[in-house]
Amino acid sequence: MATSAKALDALAAVCGDVRPGEPEEGVLGVEPALVAAPSSVDEAAGVMRVAAALGLAVVPRGGETRLDWGAPPARCDLLVDTRRLDALLEHTSGDLVVSAQAGMPMERLAEVLAERGQRLALDVPLPGSTVGGTIATAAAGPLRTLYGTPRNLVIGLTIVRADGQVARSGGKVVKNVAGYDLGRLFCGSFGTLGLIVEATFRLHPVPAARAWVTRDVDGPKQAYEAVQAVLHSPVAASAVEYIGPGKVAVLLEGVPDGLSLRARTTAGLLGGDAEIGGDPPAGWGRYPDGTTLIDVTAPPTALPDLLATAGTAVTWNGDGHGHVGLPAGSPPDVAVRLLGALRDVLGAHRGGAVVRYAPEDVREAVDAWGPVPALALMRRVKDQFDPDHRLSPGRFVGGIR
Amino acid sequence: MRMLSELEDGEGMDSVLRTLARDLDVLLGGDRVITDPVRLRTYECDGLTNHRATPGIVVLPDSAEQVAGVVRECVRAGVPYVARGSGTGLSGGALPRTDGVLIVTSRMRRILEIDIPNQRAVVEPGVINLDVTRAVRADGYYFAPDPSSQQICSVGGNVAENSGGAHCLKYGFTAHHVLACEVVTPDGEIVELAADGPGYDLLGVFVGAEGTLGITTKITVRLTRVPQTVQTLLAAFESIEAGGRAVSAIIGAGVVPAAIEMMDALSIEAAEAAVNCAYPPGAGAVLIVELDGPEPEVAAQFADVERLCRDAGAFEIRIAADDAERALIWKGRKSAFAAVGRISPAYIVQDGVIPRTALPQVLARIDALSAESGVRVANVFHAGDGNLHPLVLFDDAEPGAAERAEEVSGAILDLCIEHGGSITGEHGVGVDKARYMPRMFTEADLDTMQMVRCGFDPGGLCNPGKVFPTPRLCGEVPGVRKGPHPFEGKADLF
Ligand SMILES: Cc1cc2nc3c(=O)[nH]c(=O)nc-3n(C[C@H](O)[C@H](O)[C@H](O)COP(=O)(O)OP(=O)(O)OC[C@H]3O[C@@H](n4cnc5c(N)ncnc54)[C@H](O)[C@@H]3O)c2cc1C
Repeated sequence: MATSAKALDALAAVCGDVRPGEPEEGVLGVEPALVAAPSSVDEAAGVMRVAAALGLAVVPRGGETRLDWGAPPARCDLLVDTRRLDALLEHTSGDLVVSAQAGMPMERLAEVLAERGQRLALDVPLPGSTVGGTIATAAAGPLRTLYGTPRNLVIGLTIVRADGQVARSGGKVVKNVAGYDLGRLFCGSFGTLGLIVEATFRLHPVPAARAWVTRDVDGPKQAYEAVQAVLHSPVAASAVEYIGPGKVAVLLEGVPDGLSLRARTTAGLLGGDAEIGGDPPAGWGRYPDGTTLIDVTAPPTALPDLLATAGTAVTWNGDGHGHVGLPAGSPPDVAVRLLGALRDVLGAHRGGAVVRYAPEDVREAVDAWGPVPALALMRRVKDQFDPDHRLSPGRFVGGIR
Repeated sequence: MRMLSELEDGEGMDSVLRTLARDLDVLLGGDRVITDPVRLRTYECDGLTNHRATPGIVVLPDSAEQVAGVVRECVRAGVPYVARGSGTGLSGGALPRTDGVLIVTSRMRRILEIDIPNQRAVVEPGVINLDVTRAVRADGYYFAPDPSSQQICSVGGNVAENSGGAHCLKYGFTAHHVLACEVVTPDGEIVELAADGPGYDLLGVFVGAEGTLGITTKITVRLTRVPQTVQTLLAAFESIEAGGRAVSAIIGAGVVPAAIEMMDALSIEAAEAAVNCAYPPGAGAVLIVELDGPEPEVAAQFADVERLCRDAGAFEIRIAADDAERALIWKGRKSAFAAVGRISPAYIVQDGVIPRTALPQVLARIDALSAESGVRVANVFHAGDGNLHPLVLFDDAEPGAAERAEEVSGAILDLCIEHGGSITGEHGVGVDKARYMPRMFTEADLDTMQMVRCGFDPGGLCNPGKVFPTPRLCGEVPGVRKGPHPFEGKADLF
C-alpha cells in the first residue's frame, strides 16, 4: 500500500471529505488508515477508483449498527462512510416506489414515506441503521412473515464496483425481469462485492389499523401449537413471533372494521388467555439480550427443538428465522457447545446457525459460519467482483477475501 | 439457419456430436438420448415460434445425477447445452443449439415432498406449475405464482424466468416463493442454493437468470395459505383513460388488490369473437379487480373499490357471485392472447413495463404509433403494476408487414424505457430481447451482471447467446478445457 499521506491526497482530489482514521473507528479492532465520506455517486466512484489504483482494502460503513457483525477484516486501509450519501432521490407515491441513497437512515426514510401514507415493509431492529447497511446485512424483523426480507423489496440497485465502475441493475418498476437481479445478490453480501450507493424499493400502504394478539405459553410444545394454529389459518397475519421467554405474538394489519373480528379469531386460535392490544409487546422486533448474537434458520417444525436447545434469550419468526442471545461473560466453550447443539438439532430440519456478533474470545473460539453449501461457487463470484481481494476481505463466510 | 440444420441432419451428425451422443447413451441408458431428426425437430422452438433451431442432441434425464453427468460430458466435449422445461417460454430462452445438447426435464416430474407444517413442498423441475397447487389444495394451500400458462409450464421454467401472473401484484413473483434450489452448476457439480443460508444469496440471482447459470434439479417452494375469501368485479368504462383513473384511485386509497387487469376495445373485440365472454357492449376498456384475504377485510375494501370505479366513470359493474361467475369474468382476459388470432392472421405479444402512473401518456403514444404506422395494436395489461402486453397485429402474407410490426413493437419498448420502465416484466430477455438490453442498461451494467455469469460458467457453455447481446470474456478459466468447437470455421449459427 502507498503511504497514507499520498493516498489521502489522491482521495482528497476526488472526494470532499477525507481524513485519517481514528483509533475508535476500528472495525472489530482493525483501525482504518483513512476515512472517506463521499457525498455523491460520482465522488464514491472516484474514491473507489483511487482505492483500486493504490490497492487499498475498503470497508463500507453506514450507521455503524452492524459494523461489529462478521469477522474482522484482514485489512482495512479505507473506510468508505456513506453518511453524506443520504439523499432521498425520488418518491413516486402513485407507483409505490422510492429511491434513496445508501446512507439514508431507515427511520428518516420511514418518516418521509409516512407523510404520504406509505412504508417500506421492513422493520428496523437496530435504530440508526441505513438503507445500504440494511441491504448489505439483509436485515429484517417481524414483518418478514408477510413481506419477506430486503431481497423481496429491493427492485433496483446502484453499486460502485471494486474498480470504481458504477453499475445498476433492476430499475424503478416492481415487475421487471430484464437481466440478472444483482439487487438480490447484494442483499446480505456484507460489503464484499461492491459499494451500495443507491437503492430503489417497492412500497406498501401504511395499514389503517393494527392489533397485536399475544399469549403466554408454557414450554416449547405450547409455543409450537399456538404458532401452527395461526400459520395455517386464513387470518393473514403480518407477523407471527415467538419472544422468549414464553410469549407468542401476532401482528394483524388492515382496515379497522375487519381488524377487530380478525383479532378475536386470532385470540381464539392462540388459545390460553390471549390478549388483544394496540401496542407491540415488550421485546417486539428487537434482538434477544446478550453480547453474542446467533442467527438461526429454523422452519416452523424446528421451533420446539430450537426452544429446548437455546434457553430463554430467543426470538423467532414464523418465516422460519430467529435469533439466540448469549449473556456477557459467557465462557467461549459454552458458546461453542451451544452453537454445536443448535447446528445439530436445526440441521435435522434443514436449518442452521450463524454467529453475527460476539466478544473477541467467543469469536475466536467458534466457527461463526458453520457449513456453507456452494462456498466454492461463492468464491468464484467474489473473485469476479473483487479480483484483488480488497472489499471487506475476510469479513464474510469461509473467510472469503 | 433452418437449411443448415437440415443439411447437418441429412449428412449425418457432426463427429463431435456423434461421439457425444454415444457417450450420453452409455451414461443414461434406456430411451433417454434422441438423435432421430424427426423427433429432434419437435424441440426446435419454445413458445416464441419465430426463432427455430433443431437441437443437435436431446436428452431426457430422470435424476439430478444424470443431469450432472450430461453437463460434465458436454463440458468435456466443449459442447453447449440448453435446459428446457415445457417449452412455453415467450422469449426463446429454451431455443436449442444445432451444435449442442437440449436437456429436457419432462421425465423429472415427481413431487418429492409436501410439508404442510412448514408450508413448503419439494418438487422436481419438470413438475407442472398447477400440479403443485393441485397436490396441496385439499390442505388449504396453493403455489402462488400463476402465469397464464400454469396448466402446462414447469416449475423449473418458472424459476428460470422468475415468472409471475395476474396475482403477483399482491403475492410477488416466483423469486418470492422459492426457498431453495438444488442446482447442477456449469461444471457439473450438484449444489444447494438457499434463500436463507449463510453466504451470498446465489439463489436470488439464479432465479430469473433464464437458465444461464446452471440447471435446477430440485426446487423447494413456499406454499401459500388459500385466502378465506375472493371477490371479483368487472367494470366497464368508456375509455382507457377512465379505467386508468379507477386504477389510480384504488391504489391511492391504499388497497392492495390481488389483481387488477385491463383490456382495451380491440382486445375485448377479439375475446368476444373467440370465447363469447359477453363483456358489457360498447366498453372502451374493461377492468377486472380481484381482492382476496380475510372476509371482513375484503368486504370493507371491496365496497370502496366498487365506489371508486363508479366515481371514475364505470357505466357497468358486474360482481361475481360465485366461482363460476368469477371464471366467466376471467375467461375473456385469460383467452386474450390466443383470441387475437381471430382478428388478425399473425401477431407479436409484447411484454413491457412502465411506472403505473405513466399509463395514460404511454397508451396515448402507443395509439399515435399505431395510427402513424397503420399497424393495429390491442392492449391487455396488468394495470396494477404497469406491465403492458400490447399485441401487435399484422398479416404475415403481406410483404413487409412483419417488419413493420416488429418496428412498432420495438418502438413500444423504447417508450417503456423512456418512461423509466423495463423491456420485460415476465417473459424474459432470451434471444428475443438481448439486442434491446443496451437500450436499458449501460455497457458497465451488463458487464457487471456478466461477472456473475463468469463466476458460474466461465466456459460459457450453459445456454449461451441468451440474455446478453455480447458475452463477456471471463479471463483465465481454471479447470475448464474446451475441445474444438464442433462447427468451427463452418458457419456462424447464431
Ligand atoms: C399462453 C402463454 C401464456 C403465458 N403467460 C405467462 C404469464 O402470465 N406470466 C409469465 O411470467 N409467463 C407467461 N408465459 C411464459 C412461460 O410460460 C413462462 O416463462 C414459463 O415459466 C416457462 O416455463 P417452461 O417450463 O415452459 O420453460 P421453457 O420454455 O422450457 O424454458 C424457459 C427458460 O427456462 C430455462 N429452464 C427450463 N428448465 C430449467 C431448469 N430446470 N433449470 C434451469 N433453467 C431451466 C430454459 O433454458 C429457458 O431459458 C406464457 C406462455 C404462454 C405460451
